Amino acid sequence: MSDHLATTDHDDHAGHDPADIDRHVRVYIMVFVALMVLTVITVAVSRLHLSVPAAVSVALLVATVKGGLVACYFMHLISEKKLILAVLALTAAFFVVLLALPSLTHSNGFWIPQAEPAHSDDAHK
Amino acid sequence: MDIPYTVEVRRDTGLNNGKIGIWLFLASEVMLFGALFASYILIRTGSPSWPRGDTVLDYRLATFNTIVLIASSVTMVMAWASLMRRRFGTFRIYMAATVLLGGVFLVVKYFEYSHHLHLGEYPSHSNFFAIYYTLTGLHMLHVLGGMVVNAYFWGPGAKLWNTNPVWFTNRVEHSGLFWHFVDLVWIFLFPTLYLL
Repeated sequence: MSDHLATTDHDDHAGHDPADIDRHVRVYIMVFVALMVLTVITVAVSRLHLSVPAAVSVALLVATVKGGLVACYFMHLISEKKLILAVLALTAAFFVVLLALPSLTHSNGFWIPQAEPAHSDDAHK
Repeated sequence: MDIPYTVEVRRDTGLNNGKIGIWLFLASEVMLFGALFASYILIRTGSPSWPRGDTVLDYRLATFNTIVLIASSVTMVMAWASLMRRRFGTFRIYMAATVLLGGVFLVVKYFEYSHHLHLGEYPSHSNFFAIYYTLTGLHMLHVLGGMVVNAYFWGPGAKLWNTNPVWFTNRVEHSGLFWHFVDLVWIFLFPTLYLL
């Protein structure tokens, strides 16, 4: 039933020859070095005792770059099929909403009607 | 009955089913850890005071563990590359290194947890320790799960290489995707809990 859906290729491995893999391995080593350097930068910046907003910004920026390197090169997202990228784009959209939820709780949330202050006359009744 | 599309590519998706399956699973994992990160932000911003991570936790141990986990990601991807080069012996060396590095991470974590528990810093000690144990504990379970799967592919699961090397290579690639995700989560946990 499902034969018509299959191709004769063996996934995306079909396009990899030994020279291609050697090139990949060189990239993996470069990414490893970059991740080590970025880890040192993360720790070094934390020793500077910056203000909390600045420290959070720098730490998350460096972590995002590191995470991007892992996702793009070790997880091969840089050459992944569009379907996977579409799934991840949808996930990323929901992830951003999820992380934004705590900020919406400040000042009781903008969608919650603020209670009218009680009139002083009423307060004495 | 054979499992369909473990090696062949589905024409409609352009992928084998295992690849789609692991990515959908990882998408659900993103939301799981995302919910906990959102909880962390909520608890931290709602708290009148919050300790800097490095004043209550040992950031040097965590830095060491970061290096260990990144190194294990490299050995994992090298294990997959070895299979792509048809070098099974090299694959086993890299896979063993990956499992061992995962073990080193857990041993360091054991000493870290022991130290805090010895000081009476249980999850009930403070909001900080509650979220610290929740996030690192869940992450640790993922490391353990990844190690079990990788150890299986290093040992008994490697028999598949003799009968269907492409399928085996795909399986290792998929377990590698999970392992890299675990590394990726730690890349964010490390500064969040230990440095800020």
